[in-house]
Amino acid sequence: MTILVVIFIVYNIIIYTQGTSNNTPLMSEQAIKGEKLYQENNCTACHQFYGLGGYLGPDLTNVISAKNKGAEYVKAFLNSGIKTMPKFNFTEEEKEAIAQFLTEVDQTGHYPIVEADKKANGWVDMKYKNQ
Amino acid sequence: MKKISFIFITLSLLALIVGAIFGTLAGIQYVKPDFLKDVIAFNKMRPFHVSTVIGWIILCATGGIYYYLSNVLKLNLFSKKLAATHLVLFILCAIAIYGSFATGKMGGREYFAYAPIISIPILLGWILFCINYFKTVVKQIKGWPVYLWMWGTGIAFMMYHLAETNFWMIPYFRENFIKDITVQWKSYGSLAGCWNMLVYGTAIFLMSKIKDDENIARGKKTFFFYFLGLTNLMLGWAHHTYIVPTQPWVRYLAYGISMTEWVVLISIILDWKRSLSQEKKEENCMSYKFLMATDFWVFVNLIVALLISIPYINLFTHGTHITVAHSMGTTIGINTTILLASVFFITNRENPTYLAKYAKLLKAGYWIFNVSLGIFWVCLLLGGVEKSIWMYFIDNPSSFGKMQNTLQPYMYAFLAAGYGILIGILMISLPLLSILIKKKNT
Repeated sequence: MTILVVIFIVYNIIIYTQGTSNNTPLMSEQAIKGEKLYQENNCTACHQFYGLGGYLGPDLTNVISAKNKGAEYVKAFLNSGIKTMPKFNFTEEEKEAIAQFLTEVDQTGHYPIVEADKKANGWVDMKYKNQ
Repeated sequence: MKKISFIFITLSLLALIVGAIFGTLAGIQYVKPDFLKDVIAFNKMRPFHVSTVIGWIILCATGGIYYYLSNVLKLNLFSKKLAATHLVLFILCAIAIYGSFATGKMGGREYFAYAPIISIPILLGWILFCINYFKTVVKQIKGWPVYLWMWGTGIAFMMYHLAETNFWMIPYFRENFIKDITVQWKSYGSLAGCWNMLVYGTAIFLMSKIKDDENIARGKKTFFFYFLGLTNLMLGWAHHTYIVPTQPWVRYLAYGISMTEWVVLISIILDWKRSLSQEKKEENCMSYKFLMATDFWVFVNLIVALLISIPYINLFTHGTHITVAHSMGTTIGINTTILLASVFFITNRENPTYLAKYAKLLKAGYWIFNVSLGIFWVCLLLGGVEKSIWMYFIDNPSSFGKMQNTLQPYMYAFLAAGYGILIGILMISLPLLSILIKKKNT
């Protein structure tokens, strides 16, 4: 039991530092403000990043760089209240912040991952943006 | 002490019913987007559902542990005042969580959508439970059976991982999106492992008491599985984040750890076959019936869990309803059946004749619940396959909205099955609630 606890502590420290290290730039103040708005309105109830979140709305990992989408497309949706999505009342400044947050998330990687090297042993080598 | 246990369990059953009602209302919004949109839109309805059903699991497991320590194992609880404070804290937290959703003051993290400040009294409640549990058990029992280890480690790790879910407020995590999302899902994977320790510990406790065989909780194989579960709790979370660009060794390790659960599956198949001959002997025991249902749901869910832990398969299933089938199958099929078995065990112990008059209703409720859950589960799997095809196997995929429309037949069947689950839960829970309320007042 003691050995397991020691492993657990060391493992956590490694995960919090080296295991989750990546070359993604730190989020800007504007993006963090956008993330706060994303959370306060519980957008994750419907939307996903990297396939993690709710299933009623589309995944937003690459909504900024996707063909025929982008920051203006996102901002147009925010106060429209389409389908199940509530009609929000974001100011222009808030819409900019959310778009900035999504732009910086987009720079962290791809989802879904269509370019992957699938191995016979069940492993998959994925091609990431920042590693 | 009985009264406190009964209040925990009564509240948990109410949470199960209310959580299932929120679930079916949210299900309607899947097929009718305008349903209650202006009153309680999906971004609020879902957290009401999720938090309430998590409340069911936590409150029922906790009430059961308090009851078993005091009334079955006959231990003197270290402090009744601590237990009462724990109960009051959790009731206040439940009110605060509902208030947070109703007023829209949300933290907005998946599964923990309430205002983050509420995590402090929740954590305090767990600390009180931890003190009470270890102070009670350590002095009075030497050579713990496995369920005491499972409850103890579940409570202890719960405190750490509950705190970990709030690491996003620390700039070091928050400013790096990949670090943040990885640690977030690490904590969720481990938290599920923690409540599984509480619930599976309860299952082993029940099996040993129903069969009156303490060896079930003391054998070498039992402890081997306990350590395997603990290892998975600590290290096996990363299959949730194979897709997130973390260091490859994190994913390698998670893949290896996850695959150790095949051992559990093989053992379940063998034990299941062996236990079949005893079914007739104990078929009138509702606790036994629910544990048999658990056996079935463990079997089918473990197959899905193991398959989607293989990175090659996970690539196609991640982010689809197949993952939802896995999480719903485990929380409803496994956790809920074990906890209902626990409530039946307690009520039957308190008043063996009372439930007999509801035997037909309970039996019908049992089958409606399980058959509906089966349909619900299959609909989610099929919906997940459709979504995966849309994501990976079509050259020019249609819009997300059009893809959602193709899922409608599955979603209607899913909704109907959801109502079946709710009806089954009502048929089972209402007689249990009536006996608990009567006992609480005597």
